[in-house]
Parts: sequence; C-alpha cells; structure tokens
Amino acid sequence: MPLSDFQPVIGLEVHAQQLTKSKIFCGCSTEFGAEPNRNTCPVCLGMPGVLPVLNQRVVEFAIRTGLALGCTIKKTSVWSRKNYFYPDLPKGYQITQYDQPICEWGSLTIDTPEGEKTIRIRRIHMEEDAGKSVHDASVGESLVDLNRAGVPLLEIVSEPDLRSADEAVEYLKALRDVLVYLGVNDGNMEEGSFRCDANVSVMRKGETKYGQRVELKNINSFRFIKQAIEYEIARHVEVIESGGKIDQETRLWDTQRGETRSMRSKEEAHDYRYFPEPDLPPLHIPDALIDQVAQGLPELPRPKLQRFMSQYGLPAYDAKLLCAERPLAEFFEACAQHSKDYKKLSNWFQGELARLLNESGGTVGISTLKFTPAQLGELLTAVEKGTISNNAAKDVLGEMFRTGKAPDAIIAEKGLAQVSDTGAVEAVVDEVLAKNAGEVEKYRAGKKQIFGFFVGQVMKAMKGKGNPTLVNELLKKKLGD
Amino acid sequence: MALTDLSMLELAAKLAAGALSSVEATRACLARAAQVDGKVKAFLRLDEKGALAAAEASDARRKAGNPASPLDGVPIGLKDIFLTEGVETTCASRILQGFIPPYDATVVSLLKQAGLPIMGKLNMDEFAMGSSTESSAYGPTHNPWALDRTPGGSSGGSAAAVAAREVFGALGTDTGGSIRQPAALTNLVGLKPTYGRVSRYGVIAFASSLDQVGPMARTVADTAALLQLIARHDPLDSTSAPVEAPDYREDLEGGVRGLKLGVPREYFIDGMDPEVEATVREALRDYERMGATLVEVSLPHTKYALATYYLLAPAEASSNLARYDGVRYGLRAKDAKGLREMYGQTRERGFGAEVKRRIMLGTYALSAGYYDAYYLRAQKVRTLIRQDFSRAFEQVDAILSPTSPVPAFKLGEKADDLLAMYLMDVFTLPCNLAGIPGLSLPCGFTKSNLPIGLQILGKPFDEARMLRIARAFEREHDFTRRLAPV
Amino acid sequence: MKLTIEQVRHVANLARLSLTPEEEQRYATQLSAVLDAVAQLQELDVSGVEPTSHATLASSLLREDVTRPSLPPEKGLANAPVKMGTSFAVPKIIE
Repeated sequence: MPLSDFQPVIGLEVHAQQLTKSKIFCGCSTEFGAEPNRNTCPVCLGMPGVLPVLNQRVVEFAIRTGLALGCTIKKTSVWSRKNYFYPDLPKGYQITQYDQPICEWGSLTIDTPEGEKTIRIRRIHMEEDAGKSVHDASVGESLVDLNRAGVPLLEIVSEPDLRSADEAVEYLKALRDVLVYLGVNDGNMEEGSFRCDANVSVMRKGETKYGQRVELKNINSFRFIKQAIEYEIARHVEVIESGGKIDQETRLWDTQRGETRSMRSKEEAHDYRYFPEPDLPPLHIPDALIDQVAQGLPELPRPKLQRFMSQYGLPAYDAKLLCAERPLAEFFEACAQHSKDYKKLSNWFQGELARLLNESGGTVGISTLKFTPAQLGELLTAVEKGTISNNAAKDVLGEMFRTGKAPDAIIAEKGLAQVSDTGAVEAVVDEVLAKNAGEVEKYRAGKKQIFGFFVGQVMKAMKGKGNPTLVNELLKKKLGD
Repeated sequence: MALTDLSMLELAAKLAAGALSSVEATRACLARAAQVDGKVKAFLRLDEKGALAAAEASDARRKAGNPASPLDGVPIGLKDIFLTEGVETTCASRILQGFIPPYDATVVSLLKQAGLPIMGKLNMDEFAMGSSTESSAYGPTHNPWALDRTPGGSSGGSAAAVAAREVFGALGTDTGGSIRQPAALTNLVGLKPTYGRVSRYGVIAFASSLDQVGPMARTVADTAALLQLIARHDPLDSTSAPVEAPDYREDLEGGVRGLKLGVPREYFIDGMDPEVEATVREALRDYERMGATLVEVSLPHTKYALATYYLLAPAEASSNLARYDGVRYGLRAKDAKGLREMYGQTRERGFGAEVKRRIMLGTYALSAGYYDAYYLRAQKVRTLIRQDFSRAFEQVDAILSPTSPVPAFKLGEKADDLLAMYLMDVFTLPCNLAGIPGLSLPCGFTKSNLPIGLQILGKPFDEARMLRIARAFEREHDFTRRLAPV
Repeated sequence: MKLTIEQVRHVANLARLSLTPEEEQRYATQLSAVLDAVAQLQELDVSGVEPTSHATLASSLLREDVTRPSLPPEKGLANAPVKMGTSFAVPKIIE
C-alpha cells in the first residue's frame, strides 16, 4: 500500500523565547551570547533558599499573544512544577503552567494549495527555559551554562490539525510572523529562540482514529522540520506496512544522517510529578490589564496583507513581501502618504530599496534609514513629473540612503534635473537633425529602426538630461511621424 | 545574675544606658558557649569574628546615640537553615557540607541592619525534618534542662542555645511545629507567625506552603521585639503578605479580660502525658481567673491533620530537595561513573535516613497514578482543616491547647518508632496546614522539672493579640524567669 | 498498602537515590506503614472540596521587567564541585 493511502496527522508545540530584558523570575539579563554563567544569580542558579518573582512583561506578552491568536485569556491561571533531573535544570524542576494555562482555544489561519485553513490552538502557557549543556570531548565531561536558565518562554500548542509537512511549515512561518509582529519573539531559529517539537502520527485514509504518535524534538530550521516530518511519516507507513507497531517515544532529527532516531533509553521513566508551585500564588489577571494589552495590539500580518491588497490595489505577491516585516509595512504606508502610485512605490521597495538594504549587509535596517517617507515621496514625484530620469533617481536614492540629504538638494548638487523646457529641447533636436541630414533622409525613406540613433544623439548633446518623453515626442514630430 | 541570664530587652536597656557594651555581651555569650556547648551541642559553628565585628559596630552606633533598632547589639543565633553570606550553611546535612552562600536570607539582612551580632549557626534536624534534632548529620543537641533528653526539633539547636543562655534569642523555622515544640520542651516562648508574615527568601525550603520563620526567646516581650524586626513584606518572596505589621509591644500588657479563648475538645487526647494535661488545664483555669471566657470549640478534622501533613510536606520536600544534585554546590560523589550514578550516589550519601524516607514518600505521593488518591486528596482535607479554624475563630479570639503531648523525651527513645515520632507534632501541625499563627508559652513543669508548653493559636495576622494573651499569663507566673540548670 | 521492592526501586529511581538493598527493604516496610496510616484520609468525603495549595493572602506579586546585576561567575561557581572555566562540569550526559 503506497504512502498516498495514509493520512499524516501532525500537531506542533512551539517554544518561543520572549523578548524581555530580564528573566522570568529574576533580574538577570536575557542577552544572548554572554560568557557561560555570566547572566546568572542565586535565583536562576537554583541556590538553596531562593524564590521566584514573576516578571510582569511576561504576563503581558502572553496575553498579547493569546489575544492575537484569538484565545480565551484565563482570569486565573496556576503555576506548576515539572520535576525531572537534568544538569541544565538547576532546581530539579521547571516552573511552568500545566492544567491551568493562561490562554486556551485560539486559532491561526494558513494558506494551503487547497485554500485557507484554520489550525486550532489548544493552549498557550508561560514557563522558564532551561540552561545549556555541551559535551566537551577533550575532558570527557559535559559543561553546563545557565545563562539561558530562566529566560521566559511561551509554549504554544496546536491541535493535531495539520495534515502534511508543508502545512506544518506554513503554520510555523505564520506563527513566527505573528510573534515577531507582536514584538514577543525575535523569530531566530538558529539561536534557538523559536523552537519546535512535532507530534506525528499516520492513519489509513478514511479512518478517524489517530495512529500512535511520536514526538520529534528540537528541530531548528524550517527545512529540517519538513525533512524530519516527511522522514517520520514515511517511517511510520513503512513500519505499519510491514506489520510492525509504532512505539510511543521521543525522537531526534539527525541533521548529518538525515534521519530521526530514538532519544531516550527504554528504562527512562517519564513521570514529571506535576504539582502546583507553592512559591507562586495563582496568577489573577484583571480585566483592565487585558483591555490595556488589547488596545496596544498591532494589526497582524494576515489582515494587514489583505488590507494592502484592497487599499493599495497591490498584487498578492507585493503585499506579502511588504507585510513580511512590521517596520517595512509601516514604512511603506508612511511613504504611501506622499506617493500615490502605490504599485510604482512597491516596485521601488522591492527593487532599489531592497538592494540598498541588502548591500548594507545588515548595518542599515528599515527602522534606521536616514531619509524620511516624505523624502522618498518627493523623489518619486520628481520622477513622475519628469524632473529627473528613472536612472538618475536610483542614484539619488543611493545618496539619500548614505547621507540622508534631501532629494532636491542631491538633484541640484549633482545637476541631475532633466531639461523639460520644450524650447530648449527643440533647439537641440533641430540641431541634431540638421547635422544628420543623411540619416534623416534614410529614416523618412522607411528605415524606422534608426529612431534610437536620433534619441541617442540628442541625449548625448544634452549630457543625458533631456526629458526622454519630450525628446521622443519632438523627434517624432520633426521627423514627420 | 550573670550577664547572659538577662533577657534581650533587659540587655538592650543596659546597652542603651551605656552600662554594658555589645562587645561585653558578645564575649559573655562566647564564654558561655565555651563553657556549656560541649554538653549542649547547640552550635554547628560559631562566628566569633563576625559577631565581635558586629558588636563593635553596634557599640559605635550606641555611643554616637544612633542605634539601628531597639535590639541593636543584642547577640542572637540562627538555625542553620538561614543562608548567611560567607558563613557555611548546611541545614545540618552532609549534602551541603562546605556550602558558603553567596547571599544573605532576607531575615538575616534585616537582623544585620538592626545591628544584632549573629553568634553562629545552630543545630537542627536535617533539612528541618524531625522533632528531636536527632536527624542532624552532625549529631543531636541536648536539652539544657536534662542533658540526656532532646530539646525537641527541628529548631532544637536554636531552642537549646537560648535556654542555655549561649545567645539571647534565636530564629527558627516551623513547618509542622519546629519552633513551638522545641520552645515547649526547653521553657521558651516560640512563635510561628502567620504564613506570609515573614519572608522565606534565603531560608532553605522544606515544605514551601507550610514553612514559616519565627522568633524564639526567653520572654514574651523579647519574642515580640524580635518579631518586630522581621515581620514585613518582602518583594523577593511572592508568598509574603503585603500587610503592615503593627507595633507588637504596644498592647502587650492589655490583659485578657473579656477575651474568648477556645478550648478544642480534639486536642485533649488519649496518650497525652497526664502531667502535661493537668498543667495545661491549670493554665486554662488561670486564664479564666484573669477574666477570659473559655469556650469549648470543635476542630473536627484534627485527627486527619497528621496524615494530611505527612503527604503534603514530603511531596513538596521531594521537589525542593531535587536541587541537591552535586552539580552546582555541595557534595558530589567523586567516584561515580556517568551522570546517573553521580546523581544517585551523591544523594544517597548526602542525605540522611529521615530525609531519604520523606523524599521517597513525597515522590510516591506525587507519582503517576497516585497523585489524586494521595496528594490531591490531602490538599482537599487541608481545606477542611482550614475551614475548621475559620469556623472556630468566628466564636473565639484565640485557641489554647498543649503544644506537645509529652515533655522532653530521652534521646534515642523514639528513634525506631517512626509513627510515634511523627505524633510529636500532632497539636502543632494543623496550624501550619491552616496558615494561622501559633505560639508556645512556658506554663509549668513536670515533677522531674521538665518544661511544659501551652499553645496559643490565633487568627491570621493576629500575632499582637496572641502575644498579649501570652504576656497576661507570664505576668502571673515566674516560669519564664526559671533558668535551665546546665 | 504494601509497597513492593519494585515500586520502591521505581520511586528511588525517580528521586535519584541509589538505595542499598537493605534500604530498599527498610523503606518498603516503613513506607508501607506510613501509607497505611495516611489511608485514613480515604474515609473522608471530599467531593466538592477545593484543594488548598497555597496558604497565602498574597496574590500575583509582579516585578517590573528591569535587569539587576547578576552574580559574577566566580561567585556563582564558588561552590561548584567541578568546574571548567566559567562552566559547571558534570559527567558526560548522554551515555
């Protein structure tokens, strides 16, 4: 029986590090990349006697995310301890939320080849991250760095509504966009600030009962997620087809070998002994806080994209590119106040502006541009009016990008303004035609392809500053077309 | 009268008058410890240098007319459960041998700010699990009233040091009676405040929802004065109550006339020592004579408190003690092969028998398949026990009972009888389950001169009234003036 | 309720205690006795009773999202049984 006779069923658990300044239960910095254990204190080292005090921003971020994903925000949620031993878990338990999370029942809409699809989100909860341990082969020991221990996480758990690896990737991208839009997460998978575990199972098509699921852990890129899920689906089908049984287990994606492998040995008992965290009273959320967070909620990527298409008449492709990042979309809208040819504006965003940003190698971002939306508008108006050529405008934008000077000043300084005075252009056209009487004859005799030659001669004589539309117009008139 | 026989407030008055210096008082304590601690074994470690330095600083403040608090310069001791920056803190366990804390517990900071020289760290049951100090990894403490007997526990070192006048007062912690029971067995006043009244930050956790810090001293006024220094909200403890503390000494002499005092019928049980029962009943009659009304009350779920406690406390403890894993501090089994063995051997060797027993019990109570039947059910019974008290306090201002069903027992006597040992806490632990304050007050002696304690239970944050009730009795008797014979 | 040696071993494993065979026997007996004693709770009707997990009046103490100085690693690692540079060192994790 082929793969196509089986229906994959996938649910995702995302762990997103929150963009707070300090950790969830202490004042240590959440900064990435510090020397091992530089950002630790008695609390996040799990010293005897320490107690957690909750970071208010963590609660606000959770509410913000919950509202953005259409969840119910629970008036009371409860902290629990998840007990297990691991060297990167300093207290021997993780403070998390278990049976009473802060947000429940939301959803996220994604695009699939069959159209829009809504993926249900079962819960969102807050918890602390663990530290990091790396094996040092030279000494045969593992080294433990607790800088990350206590960094606030959001865990976002979907229902098993995803039906292919592609849908899973689509969901993750959409979720990441939302979190980044909200300013809750930086979306960085390589540094591990956006991580994903996948629950994968298969069932024969037409069945309603899900198969045995396997948990895939710690996959750190969209490509690997796709590969790991596809590998796992194929493995399940193969095992089932050969009469075998899928074990409930946790598997890791081995990037080197391109396969998943079992993570825990069989004797490992899974029993986290959750119980309510006695050091933290239940969290009560006043309506006022929810209202306050709701008011500060930005427009989300999907509605924004739809609005860009309707309000600015942009194609879906353009709208998607412009809405990919919130600052970019906001800058576009600011520019659109000053330049009404939105498609042309969009072209400039995708063309020259994208190129300049790219060439800066990340030293300049959309929020650190030296010029203002109004100035970009002026530049495009100048092109529209024929004050400068399209090519010259590219140079001007480059200069604006580097120096932040006003486009008018650059145009004047560099003498880039086009000659659009009919009399002046006509004089040159007459002169060129007079000088090239032979060519004029040929043209009039039907050798129309040499029209470009006359344009070239006029532009040359005008040092490139002739308004091309006007030059064309006058030449045609004089040549008798 | 020896200097060390003074109460904290008597000493403070002499310090304030310039009649004595804190350095003199501290040296007197050191001398007294040198004289008696070989027999009492209250101290796990003395901090002579630290105490004398603090005493000198205190004398300078007093001389400049600028004392930091009413008790500035009065030497005290700390149960070894409080983290003291730079001074080894072991919780009487092998697993923390050599552990030098990088920070002070909030209450330690408060005492230091108030100018009290800290004499050192006092013995206790390992991780506060016990009622006799016999589970200390460093050997038991002896009762200054009868050296072959226990001073009680778990704050037995604190009790013995104060009773033996090695320090003027001490801090203990109370999870199921660990301040009140040793206070009763050594003729001290010991107060477990309302849960959340005193910060737990920097106090090594046993059972986080039950643990509370409190003062132990020889008089009621001393107890009030010491409580005054530590009763405040702490932004480092999320369970610390945002409640302003009253002046605990303001109304101390107010008497009990017109107060209704509850006598719970469930607290006078079979198996109670007859001398204890008779003495406590005599104390109740004294209160009536002083103008209080005795009201019989019922706390019907009392008999379930012990079982509830012995599920909840070990469960929380099993989690709280997971951090002692040999990775970041404390003992590590050096010869272990691999991580798993390192964990297992470190904890096997680092913890004593009672601690391991409770970790096992607590782990079991939380484990898959048993949580609902044990842990969750115990939490529900805890609610019933709290409700018992709420109802009783609708009728009365405070509740009186014995603190301990027996006076100090002989060291080793109950070592093999687990359940008999657990029974020592039967009158004290309902108070922790309910989160209400409890106080033990000296109320007499057995024929063989062993102290007997009267327990006063109060409404949440009603410590001032409890102290007033205690003071009324103290004023009529000389029990708190009697000194241990050591 | 009688705990089996297997149950004792399972619990000891969860708690990371390498018990000796004598301890396993002893704890099987002692814990069974304690469990018998606490079985008394089963006789109570607790339906409709809310569990108490916190005895505090305090609720949701929150702190502002501001950083405070961390411990210098030399202080944070001062008690470490084994360290390498500013990392804690432990026996190889994955065996």
